[in-house]
Amino acid sequence: MEKLIFYFFAAILLFAATMVITVRNPVRAALFLVLAFFTSAAIWLMLHAEFLAISLVLVYVGAVLVLFLFVVMMLDIDLAPLKEGFTRYLPLGIVVAALIVVEMITVLNAPQFDVVPVESMEESNTKMLGRLLYTVYVYPFEIASVILTVAIVAAITLTLREHKRKLQDVGKQVAVRREDRVRLVNLRREKAKGDETP
Amino acid sequence: MIVLSDYLILAALLFSLSLAGIFLNRKNIIILLMCIELMLLAVNLNFIAFSHFSGDPGGQVFVFFILTVAAAEAAIGLAILVVLFRNLSTINVADIKSLKG
Repeated sequence: MEKLIFYFFAAILLFAATMVITVRNPVRAALFLVLAFFTSAAIWLMLHAEFLAISLVLVYVGAVLVLFLFVVMMLDIDLAPLKEGFTRYLPLGIVVAALIVVEMITVLNAPQFDVVPVESMEESNTKMLGRLLYTVYVYPFEIASVILTVAIVAAITLTLREHKRKLQDVGKQVAVRREDRVRLVNLRREKAKGDETP
Repeated sequence: MIVLSDYLILAALLFSLSLAGIFLNRKNIIILLMCIELMLLAVNLNFIAFSHFSGDPGGQVFVFFILTVAAAEAAIGLAILVVLFRNLSTINVADIKSLKG
């Protein structure tokens, strides 16, 4: 029964990944990516990683993929030139992917990998993960928070558009002096039209 | 009974699918970013499978950090994409060649 559920989710995951790389419309690709992440969250639940499964759904499906969808829908993309070369590189892509699959399956079918899970996690997954994060991995945890802060600052700085409209700067207006604004020039007196001297 | 190699083969299939996606969609930056996300998902699946089958929860901590870095990467990558589209009005990789000599 467990094997049946695993193969069901694995089939959905591989189908969604195939659709992500083959559909023409980026919006559909993003939606199939949502399906892929959701299904892999279910597979992570089967592996007793409950906290990470929930955070995958919350962080990825809830934030990152919504960001993807937002960007895809915000940009007005001409799709026709983006698909050229699809059939040209199809054989190369299939050959490389098939080689990787054959190699990995050859390696992973070794009897060393036929292990069954060790039943050692008796306490709650979230509790165990939290204890590890705040004791053993506390410095990487703080570095992760710094990375997130840098990402926020970088994203805002990149996309911030400076204002083009006129704004009053009161400080500059008060600090202005006469020499900055008034320029005295000596103009020669214009002569009347009749008495031009050659 | 599901053994460890089932999960590892699933992750390998997912990784190679996303690699093939990078080959196929080499003009479209958005699909390339999605393929990178799928690759990171396959790697995370490997980490969690090893963590479960060896009884060591350290692998799940690494998945936590990979999720963090991947979220930051997606945010910055999409911001760069928006700026690029604003300046060039295209996201075609073949059109981004202003540094070409």
